[in-house]
Amino acid sequence: MNKVAIRLIVFFALIAVILPATVFSAEYPTKALTYIICFNPGGESDITARIQEPVLKKYFGQDVVVTYKIGGGGSVGWSELIRSKPDGYTIAGDNLPHIILQPLERGKAGYNTLDLKQIYMFESTPDLLVVRQDSPYKTLKDFIDYAKKNPPGIVTVGGSGSSTANDLGTTMLNKAAGIKLTYIPFGGSGSAVPALLGGHVTALMTYSTMGVQYKGKFRSLAIASEERMAVLADVPTFKELGYDVVEGAYRGVAAPPGTPDDIVKKLADVFDKVMKDPAVQKKMDENGFKTEYMGPEASLKLVKKKMVEYEAIMKELGRIK
Amino acid sequence: MFDYILLGLHNLFTIQNLLLVLAGTVSGMIVGALPGLTATMAVALLVPFTYTMSPIAGLVTLGAIYMGCIYGGAFSAILINTPGTPSSIGTTFDGYPMAKQGRGEEAIVAATIGSAIGGLFGVVCLIFLSPPLADIALKFGPAEYFWVGVFGITIISSLSEGAFLKGITGAAFGILVSTIGIAPIGGDVRFTFGSPAMQGGVELIVMLIGLFCIPELLNLVLQGEARKEQIEYKRTKGVLWNTTRRIFSMPGNLLRSSIIGTVVGILPGAGGNIANLVAYNEAKRASKTPEKFGTGIIDGVVATETANNAVVGGGMIPLVTLGIPGAPPDAIIYGVLMLQGLRPGPELFAERADITYTFMLAVGLAAIVMVPVGLYGGRLMSRFVATLSTRYLVPGIAILTMVGSYAIRNNYLDVILMLLFGVIGFGLRRLGFAAPPIVLGLILGPLMETGLVQTLLTGQRFTSPWFALVVNPISWILIAMSIFSFLWPYFGSILKWLKGIGHSREQAG
Repeated sequence: MNKVAIRLIVFFALIAVILPATVFSAEYPTKALTYIICFNPGGESDITARIQEPVLKKYFGQDVVVTYKIGGGGSVGWSELIRSKPDGYTIAGDNLPHIILQPLERGKAGYNTLDLKQIYMFESTPDLLVVRQDSPYKTLKDFIDYAKKNPPGIVTVGGSGSSTANDLGTTMLNKAAGIKLTYIPFGGSGSAVPALLGGHVTALMTYSTMGVQYKGKFRSLAIASEERMAVLADVPTFKELGYDVVEGAYRGVAAPPGTPDDIVKKLADVFDKVMKDPAVQKKMDENGFKTEYMGPEASLKLVKKKMVEYEAIMKELGRIK
Repeated sequence: MFDYILLGLHNLFTIQNLLLVLAGTVSGMIVGALPGLTATMAVALLVPFTYTMSPIAGLVTLGAIYMGCIYGGAFSAILINTPGTPSSIGTTFDGYPMAKQGRGEEAIVAATIGSAIGGLFGVVCLIFLSPPLADIALKFGPAEYFWVGVFGITIISSLSEGAFLKGITGAAFGILVSTIGIAPIGGDVRFTFGSPAMQGGVELIVMLIGLFCIPELLNLVLQGEARKEQIEYKRTKGVLWNTTRRIFSMPGNLLRSSIIGTVVGILPGAGGNIANLVAYNEAKRASKTPEKFGTGIIDGVVATETANNAVVGGGMIPLVTLGIPGAPPDAIIYGVLMLQGLRPGPELFAERADITYTFMLAVGLAAIVMVPVGLYGGRLMSRFVATLSTRYLVPGIAILTMVGSYAIRNNYLDVILMLLFGVIGFGLRRLGFAAPPIVLGLILGPLMETGLVQTLLTGQRFTSPWFALVVNPISWILIAMSIFSFLWPYFGSILKWLKGIGHSREQAG
């Protein structure tokens, strides 16, 4: 009797283990998707995920759980992601240039750029140079002239963190205009705002989102995108003004290495539908995000292209050997 | 403005919103009481539920949770010596000794009344004084934040009176631990010992649980059942009435702590974790019996709990007027506003007064709701913990500490670090090193580091960038406050010494 009971238990346990595995290969997805956010709640990555969440549930067909693994400028979450089970149920938001610059600069960041299997790049936020609304600098020319008139290093530009798109954008502007601005890193794009409003820095190299959110307080001088953005239609690009500065952050989602290609494709299709949903598009536009529609191949191509670009810049700056 | 307030009251007093305030406050209190679950996390976890709600209902709930959470942190601080949130660190100093003396109920009444008064004070400032006060947030630049950190460190000299060297050693240890991880400026990798998870540094909560809770658990186990007699629950009549009367007999403490909490809340770089310690320190300084602080004096509990709940309203001042979150939970509320298509700032105040005022009034109402709920639930809880056998209490709390330290970042390493700090804390306590200076170092280290490096970077217009630290009037005030605060505990002996010199001169003359 006892033996029979044990056998029965073993039998059912085996079924319990095997069944989901077979079902899983038959019709993904069968369970909830874990969507890891590697940055603080309230930031750009979090806001995007929260805009996507309800629509994502609809198209994914299962529950979506947004969790946070914060720390190290994203590296704690990403190094955890690449160690997760590659079954398509764990994904994380990932950002350019972070995933390229961290392994480059730190050596051991806990992950390699190409370990992250790109699913979909859904948005970018171009760098935006802003001053206070009451500032004497009305145009980019005013600002650059001011920087040229003063000894190098005196004009300060705040931005979000070290080795971020804001940092690189400032560096590129320095090079393109032949000036030397001092870049002051802050704990995030949000914490740099009071520094500008309180006059502790002359300008901010921030993201397009902030230009939209603080429209009444900031004067946007130039945007580092190829073309003007619809929500900031009156802001010229650096390129129009004769400075070759195109830089910004890209955000997307990635899966652990080894995730099957067909599953990655399925997820990419889901995100494609999410990003083309009118409700999502409306909110992305309102908040100053530039929507992108890059599937796995296009995302990987962008990452590889940027890897070459950034390595060259970092070498030139002497930040890496 | 009064039209708007009436409109807000009209919106708030619907059955649905009142129930949401009640539910929010109660669940906030429970989350806050659990060590490791912070107000930021509680608010973040609730965000998805607000999607389906109207903007008003969503914000009302979030505001109530935030307020309840900060108050709930006092329960665990008083009953098990573990600050439920970093805003209640100082509450352990006197709250736990009171509980050990069987006066837990008194401490909880004090925390409740103090929290309600502080919470209301912050909200009143938020409603009536937001525009002028918001400017304070902008006056503080990198140099000022550095000096705020220095001022915070000087608290040690009064926290560890008599053992100053040990206090400052502890703070140095805390600052050292705060440098673990990626440098806030420059991005250098520091002291990670090759572990990618360490790049995130040591989370304050993890250290709080380790240093405060684990040594206490070990002590409980070592004492065994002996504790029973020691902590015998005394049912005394009129605790509520007598305690309330005593709290209202210290209007100075209430007002001072409320102001400290509101002002610290306004500063985007500082929050409840700093406010409660500053308020404790100032209460001790102003007291006629400073030597009683730390032995279970009600004034200490009132000071910290009043200040931390005043932070809630204070932190929303720059949020609603400038669109700048004053504290981490405000950043999430900011995100929710954005998701609802509302842009925080003066425009929101003017255009959507119905939402803004209803929200602010709901936060105030939550502060009032805390009183009956807290007095009933808190006293029940205090009786429960006091009468529960160590055999159940210790394993129960031990599980909570693990869950709490894991939950903060979903990271196993944090559990290990928590246990490690627990052992370190237990050893250090035996050697006479107290936990508060270490925690203070961990909180203030990054504030000072970021402030200092940013100041030096911005200071290139001076012959030496170090001048940038001392060019602003606010810096001077903060420097003066730091010197004063540092020397205060020694004023008595300095005076004596000066008199002694005068005396010997007279004799010589």
